[in-house]
Amino acid sequence: MTLVIRTVRITRRGAVRLTQLFLLPVLLILLWWWYSSASASYYMTTPGEIAATFVEVWFSERFFVDVLPSVGLLLTGYALAAVLGTTLGVVLGLSSRMRATAEPVLEFFRAIPPPVLVPLLMLLVGVNTPMKVALIVSGCIWPILLNTIEGVRSVDPVLADTCRCYGVRGRRWLTTLVLRSASPQIMAGLRQALAIAIILMVISEMFATTSGLGFSIVQFQRSFAIPEMWSGIVLLGLIGVTLSTLFVQVERRVLRWYDGVRAAARDE
Amino acid sequence: MTTPTTDTARPTTGSQRPAEGRVRGPGAAFPFGSNALLGIAGSACFLLLWEIAPRTGAVSATYLPPASEVLTTLGERLLVAGFWVAVGDTLAGWGLGLAIAFTAAVTLGFVVGSVPALRTFTASTVEFLRPIPSVALIPLAILLYGTDIRSTLLLVVYASFWQIYIQVLYGVADVDPVADQTARSYGLGRLARIRYVVWPSALPYVLTGVRLGAAVALILAVTAQLTIGSPGLGQEIAVAQSGGATALVYALIVATGAIGVLVNVGVRALERRVLHWHTSVRGEIAA
Amino acid sequence: MLDVNGVQKIYRGKDREVEAVRDLTFRLEEGELACLVGPSGCGKTTLLKCIAGLLKPTSGSVEVAGKAVTGPPRDMSVVFQEYGRSLFSWLTVQGNVELPLKEKKLSKERRRTLVTEALEAVGLADSARSYPWQLSGGMQQRVAIARAIAYEPRVLLMDEPFAAVDAQTRADLEDLIRGLWQRFSMTVLFITHDIDEAVYLGQRVLVLSSSPTVVQDDVAVDLPAERDQLTTRSDQRFTELRARVYSEIQNAKNGQAASAPAAT
Repeated sequence: MTLVIRTVRITRRGAVRLTQLFLLPVLLILLWWWYSSASASYYMTTPGEIAATFVEVWFSERFFVDVLPSVGLLLTGYALAAVLGTTLGVVLGLSSRMRATAEPVLEFFRAIPPPVLVPLLMLLVGVNTPMKVALIVSGCIWPILLNTIEGVRSVDPVLADTCRCYGVRGRRWLTTLVLRSASPQIMAGLRQALAIAIILMVISEMFATTSGLGFSIVQFQRSFAIPEMWSGIVLLGLIGVTLSTLFVQVERRVLRWYDGVRAAARDE
Repeated sequence: MTTPTTDTARPTTGSQRPAEGRVRGPGAAFPFGSNALLGIAGSACFLLLWEIAPRTGAVSATYLPPASEVLTTLGERLLVAGFWVAVGDTLAGWGLGLAIAFTAAVTLGFVVGSVPALRTFTASTVEFLRPIPSVALIPLAILLYGTDIRSTLLLVVYASFWQIYIQVLYGVADVDPVADQTARSYGLGRLARIRYVVWPSALPYVLTGVRLGAAVALILAVTAQLTIGSPGLGQEIAVAQSGGATALVYALIVATGAIGVLVNVGVRALERRVLHWHTSVRGEIAA
Repeated sequence: MLDVNGVQKIYRGKDREVEAVRDLTFRLEEGELACLVGPSGCGKTTLLKCIAGLLKPTSGSVEVAGKAVTGPPRDMSVVFQEYGRSLFSWLTVQGNVELPLKEKKLSKERRRTLVTEALEAVGLADSARSYPWQLSGGMQQRVAIARAIAYEPRVLLMDEPFAAVDAQTRADLEDLIRGLWQRFSMTVLFITHDIDEAVYLGQRVLVLSSSPTVVQDDVAVDLPAERDQLTTRSDQRFTELRARVYSEIQNAKNGQAASAPAAT
């Protein structure tokens, strides 16, 4: 008897949760469906048509020719920027003199909207894979670098003294004290950089290449292949959502302690 | 109370993690004057290097014109009315987009944030829509609006809306329950509570959102001009590049960088001005 | 064991100099537990940093076990006041205690023994796998104390370690320190601004003057070695000693010299 009640209760709770998750998305899709079939606009496509086109267009060799290389580029550039940015950031963060010297120049570079580097790098490196990687690195590195500097700079002095007292130095000092203390800021930098990396990947391809995701989407748009264009937009969205979800998973793991500290501080 | 400062804002998918900065340790080891001097020295070194490298042929001057040439080109541009029109267009796209995003995000954020049911039912949609890169909308913008300023606005608004909206949600959620209960016990109505309790608590978050949103808005404004060709500095750069005018490309990049710096400095000043009460509170906690 | 000889510390600012510590000389014998009290702002923390080798004194010297202190000495551990900030939030309790031992290049078994022993000694054997932020303030300070003990120091420095915990916890921790001192036979220098605490804990109380600091008085605490919060604190002798230290500190605030130097 109690088992039945409990099962009913769990099922009910599950149903409520599902409703919370899917009610609005389903409503929005229905609204879109209704609107796109009712409106005479040439540019609107029904969700059904987009889904069908999506399967047709992207579940083909296109996935290997256009999508995978683009994502690969993005991740390569992003990883390079992450390594370079944190390394440089730690070096600058530890030396107040070097930091003071470099900061105005770095702040200026950070303030340059990264997309303007596209035409520049096209001039300098030409239109090829290294150019795209260089572009992503040069756009992504600034938030990572500046946040790392900020994080390293704000290492707690008491904790630093503790390390000195107990003779913690060298590699262990770097990994247990400096990098871990700075990790909340480093992750914040990496998060901003991820968004910039996606933007740069797409527009570098839209601008001047003959392959890749950005190129394909612009091609569809220029040839007025509207359902195909929509499917490309959806794919970009999915890539963005996937990368961001992965990032959150990593971040949650890395910053578990930080969230714990914060929660403890709030409860006080 | 947690305080959003610098770039530690970490709006996270799915979890209630408000933006926050950490309390800083004691200030830098050098007094302000020598820091500023070092900064000037650093910038001077950078400019010198930029000047010398192409002149000695270490880097080809076709690829990297010396600093003096770029700055002269920029100086000449400053006298051309067309340049200021482009700057105006860029700033208009940026400012208008940011204003629209701000109004929408703050209104929606406060409404959704203060009604728990709305919050739970919209959460999944927000988490899906937010990470969609706004550049994905470029083809759509071109189809719908062509090179019109509305193309720029579409991208700018989409990108900066989420930054502000998420922060507002965090801010509304961070309201001190004791303060809220106090206000209730004194019989303050819903509107009064929003005005006197929720708004001040959420303000630091709103401003963090504005700061992040302002930076993103500038990026997207320039992107739209570059890729779509709507008028502005981005378009000027694209034109200069296709004409092979390297020095001009550099000069215009320096100009956008300068605008970026101004935007950052401006938003930070605004933040400091509006939140001076807040930092003083924080100073006490830090002690 | 711990020799402080004519230590002076002057902070040089941009256009002014602040003499925080003028001329401090005192000596702790092996196995002694001494408390250092002084009016607030008297340079206690500066002195601690000089002894711990974190700050270089402007003149004078510090010797630990006959060796001059130039950097943090290996056989000394320090417990800071700000427990929350001296623990690594990203390491477990066990990890925090073990970290300095790893740097000492001890074997894994030895490390495990030391960690277990230290945690058990401070009554935290069950919390080894928790994170510091999951513990209360008093428990966090216990972790810091366990870390200090596991390091097997000959000298233990404590900088107002209980200033930020509540009174109840504070009494427990005071008894804990007495117990640990007797069990591990270390030399302990305990810095505090609390007169009761100084008299209750120490075999000796060093009273500092206000800044620029000198040793104002050196009071021997002739209370029995077995102390407990109830009887010791209500002891007539305890009250006398407390009154004496109190009046010295009042003198120190008013800038008068010691009324009766170092003899009780």
